[in-house]
Amino acid sequence: MLNYIWLALLLIGILTAAGSDFFGADPGYPALSRVTNEGVVESARVAVTLAIGLIGIMSLWLGLMKIAEQSGLIRVIARWVRPVMTRLFPDVPAEHPAMGAMIMNISANMLGLANAATPLGLKAMEELNKLNRKAGTATDAMCTFLVINTSNVQIIPATVIAIRASAGSASPAEIIGPVIVATTISTIVGIATVRLLSRLRVYRRQLEEGVGA
Amino acid sequence: MTAFADLVGLLSVIAIPCILLFIVVYGAIRKVKVYEAFVEGAKEGFDVGVRIIPYLVAMIVAIGVFRAGGAMDFLAMLLSPVTDLIGMPAETLPMAIMRPLSGSGALGVLSETVTAHGADSLIGRMASVMMGSGETTFYVLAVYFGSVAVSRTRHAVAAGIIADIAGILASVWIVNMIWG
Repeated sequence: MLNYIWLALLLIGILTAAGSDFFGADPGYPALSRVTNEGVVESARVAVTLAIGLIGIMSLWLGLMKIAEQSGLIRVIARWVRPVMTRLFPDVPAEHPAMGAMIMNISANMLGLANAATPLGLKAMEELNKLNRKAGTATDAMCTFLVINTSNVQIIPATVIAIRASAGSASPAEIIGPVIVATTISTIVGIATVRLLSRLRVYRRQLEEGVGA
Repeated sequence: MTAFADLVGLLSVIAIPCILLFIVVYGAIRKVKVYEAFVEGAKEGFDVGVRIIPYLVAMIVAIGVFRAGGAMDFLAMLLSPVTDLIGMPAETLPMAIMRPLSGSGALGVLSETVTAHGADSLIGRMASVMMGSGETTFYVLAVYFGSVAVSRTRHAVAAGIIADIAGILASVWIVNMIWG
């Protein structure tokens, strides 16, 4: 997918420039020179400058995350998340290992501990699959879990802040509040949608024995 | 609505000092050697910076070519009836499209957008909020369902996409409300 998008961006970009030069848009500074100077040479330089510029904030954040990891902060967040989770997953027994793994995964995601979150998430899927009565078909619990996961509940978007700082923002962290608002809305919409859709007959029938996709 | 905007602004101001203090103090209470742990974790920062360079070069050059050649303006003009309607600058479209597809790709798009328009412009802020509030939906679905050999994903994809669209619209709304 990314291969096609990348190719299309380059292809369309260069063809558009060639086209506008051909029809004589600006003879003083042809679009193709602009592509060469700003599009290619300058962009490649900026990419490295930005990457180097974000090392400081990334180091700070990864350092803090190491403290969070070693102090078991995930378990504190997990305690806050648990009551909500048990309500969102009526099909999963509260004591089942799947519940524990899901809670830990979502807590790690909230802290932005991506490296810790993925193995926990895969463990959660494995445990959820043990409750699955129809192999190869997603259960309601799996769908809900993944929608919470993909609507991103991260508290501090550290990478975004680092990129903004590197690009010379006067206030790189000013997007934290808006991000929390936007991500909360998308999570609520995601959970509501997954609940509504799970009641549709098309999707219900796929859970019954002997009915294919 | 201004009271709400103030509250959101306050959240941005206090979030980092609070979390910094909380993590360090909690670590100390749990007898973690906070300084040593910090330094150990911070060492990875350099690797992150170096590791993302190829992705940034690939994506920033591609978007840079697309923009410098005039194709971005053309696309913006083409889609302006739709994007104007929801108050979304067309320049943030690449971010909205890339976010669910690829994390490193979206990081490249964000970098290009904040460089071209400025991190503190409306466009730069909107792209930042989209990046922060989104997730690589298709990647997560593929990896997680793939790990347990689930091929009939039922309503997960539809709900994931709807949540993504809600996130984009929410980003547009909140950024316009605060800085518009």
